[in-house]
This record gives sequence, C-alpha cells and structure tokens, in this order.
Amino acid sequence: MSFLRSIKDRFCPPARSTATTAKERLQIVISNERLKRDQIDFLPNLQMDLVNVIAKYFNVDLDQIKEQIKVDLESNNGQSVLELNITLPDASLDEL
Amino acid sequence: MADAEIVVITSGKGGVGKTTTSAAFATGLAMRGLKTVVIDFDVGLRNLDLIMGCERRVVYDFVNVINEEANIHQAMIKDKRADNLYILPASQTRDKDALSKEGVERVINQLKEEFDYIVCDSPAGIETGAQMALYFADKAIIVTNPEVSSVRDSDRILGILSSKSKRAEENLEPVKEMLLLTRYEPYRVERGDMLSVQDVEEILSIPLLGVIPESKAVLRASNAGSPVILDEQSDAGQAYHDAVSRFLGEDKPHRFLEIEKKGILQRLFKSKEREGAY
Repeated sequence: MSFLRSIKDRFCPPARSTATTAKERLQIVISNERLKRDQIDFLPNLQMDLVNVIAKYFNVDLDQIKEQIKVDLESNNGQSVLELNITLPDASLDEL
Repeated sequence: MADAEIVVITSGKGGVGKTTTSAAFATGLAMRGLKTVVIDFDVGLRNLDLIMGCERRVVYDFVNVINEEANIHQAMIKDKRADNLYILPASQTRDKDALSKEGVERVINQLKEEFDYIVCDSPAGIETGAQMALYFADKAIIVTNPEVSSVRDSDRILGILSSKSKRAEENLEPVKEMLLLTRYEPYRVERGDMLSVQDVEEILSIPLLGVIPESKAVLRASNAGSPVILDEQSDAGQAYHDAVSRFLGEDKPHRFLEIEKKGILQRLFKSKEREGAY
C-alpha cells in the first residue's frame, strides 16, 4: 500500500495539503493582528508627542493639529513601515 | 482553607468545547479531593447545568447572588457524583450586562475562602460576559479546535488576557495561559487535512496542556448529563484525566496523537471503523 503510494507520489506529487495552507494563512493574519494589538499601546502617545513637537516649530492650534496628524504602522514581509501624514494649516508658517 | 486558584476556560469562538471542558475539568479536580466550584458565566444562555446533569435542581443563580436576592450557599448546587464539587448556574432570563465587576468580585472573594479551585466557564465572544469570566483569572485554559477560525479567535482571547485581565491591569504576574486542543483527529492530520498539534502550538506559542481526541463519548456524555471525564473507558475521558494531572503538575505523556495501530482483523473492518474509531 505505502509502496504503491510512494511510487504514485514520485511521479505525481500530491497537491499541497490544506493543513499547510491553513497554517500559512493563520501565521500571516495572526502576526498582523498581534502587531495592531501591540501598537494600540504606544501609537496615541507617539501622536501626542508629535503634536507637541510640531507646535514648538509651527504656529498651530494644538487641538486643530491633533486631527491633522495621521500615524500608521504597517507590517509586511518582516518589514514595518511607520507612516506619518501631517497637514499644516496655511497660517502655521507665520512666524511664531 | 487557603485562597482558591481561579481558572478560566475560554476560547473566543463558540462550540469548541468550553462547557464540556469546564464540566470535565471541575469534576476531575474534585475527584482528586480538591474542593471545586464551577461557575457558568454565560448569562442568558445557561448550559453548564445540562452538561453537569443538574438542570432540575437550579433554584437560584449567579445573578441572584450578585443582586443579593439569594446567598451563595442557596445558589450553589452540590454535585451528586463528586463529593467536593459545586455548580453555580448562570441566569437564564437576564442579559449579559447583569454581571458587574464589583458583583462578580464580591462573589469570587467569598468563594475563594471556601474552595481550592474556582473554574469559570466563559461564554463565547470577546464581549462583557467573556471579559468578566477571565478578569479575575490566575490561569487560563484556552480551548481550541484545529481549525482556522478557532485558532484565530484563541489568539484574540490571548490578547485580551494580556491587556484586560485584572493581573494585566494591576501589573501583576501575567495570567498563566495553557492550550487545550479539542476535537483532534490524528487520521485527518496525517492526511494533511487538519492542523497538527505542533502547528497550533507554533502559531499560538503557549504551552500545551492536553489534546482531546474527537470522540463519540462527548455527545453521549452530554446526552446523559454526565461529564465525559466520568466515562473512564473513553479516549476523551482519559485525555481529560491526563490534562487534569498535568494541570496539577504531574508529568504525563500525551496520548491519542497518533492513529491507533490496528491488527489484521481490525484492518479488515477498517473502512467501517475509521469514522467510528474514536
């Protein structure tokens, strides 16, 4: 039985098992979800720190700038990208 | 008596065997002489009473005790099979918000003085009921099926244990998490149709407490209202006994992970046996 199977596998390799696919899919989705989970801790703090730094160099209203700063952390293929998007109001370039 | 240890049986996903495990585990602890109470946290969808076979003896429930409409001794049901075992049923009529953290804490503190183990049977999901069941836990048994949605939900629950439990909030030693893999079918694992124990351990990366094979004994036990651990002839019953022993620190090798080797006669009946082998 197993001899026959090994010959069959030799000439006509079995399709990838669904369990392997399941494992790979889980590893990807779970590592992403864990990353999101962990970043909840520090992203708001990072955002607040950035707001304060921006306010030091630009003429902006703290509450207003808070909504203009987007902070995102994304992870793909073992690389993480911290994405910052800051929109400054026109008046902010006026001298402090 | 010393402070009880609080153990939550949780999973995120429904239907993976939390109540079966809570009943088996609590019974197993009590059979070893440890005074144990098992609490049903599934307010609105009470079922532990049925699995434990005490549904006709429910007078007061957990919510009555929290609302001080009954005292804890009026609400607890003494198990008829195991001497040291008590069941605190959930309410069938209220909703999940009937549990308050303060109320649950008061009841648990009272139980702590009398018992060795408090087993909390969590409802499915990650909402209030599930969070309440795990909040006070010292140890967590994560019941998981070798199936993608169950594994993912288990990971969600692990995240909640490490951020929203009392131990996490108060920066104490973290809740001790253990994996209990249920409904395991070695035959399908070998064929590549099911995640293996090693796969799930690797993905969740928490220590393995035990593996419960898919077993016809589980449905028979719930039909009869008798925890499957009492069916000592069954593979599932034996696997639960092993898991309880390991939980208490004994070194037990894992069983039922391989396909049972069959003799020639049994091989002849293989096709018939296969689905029924458990």
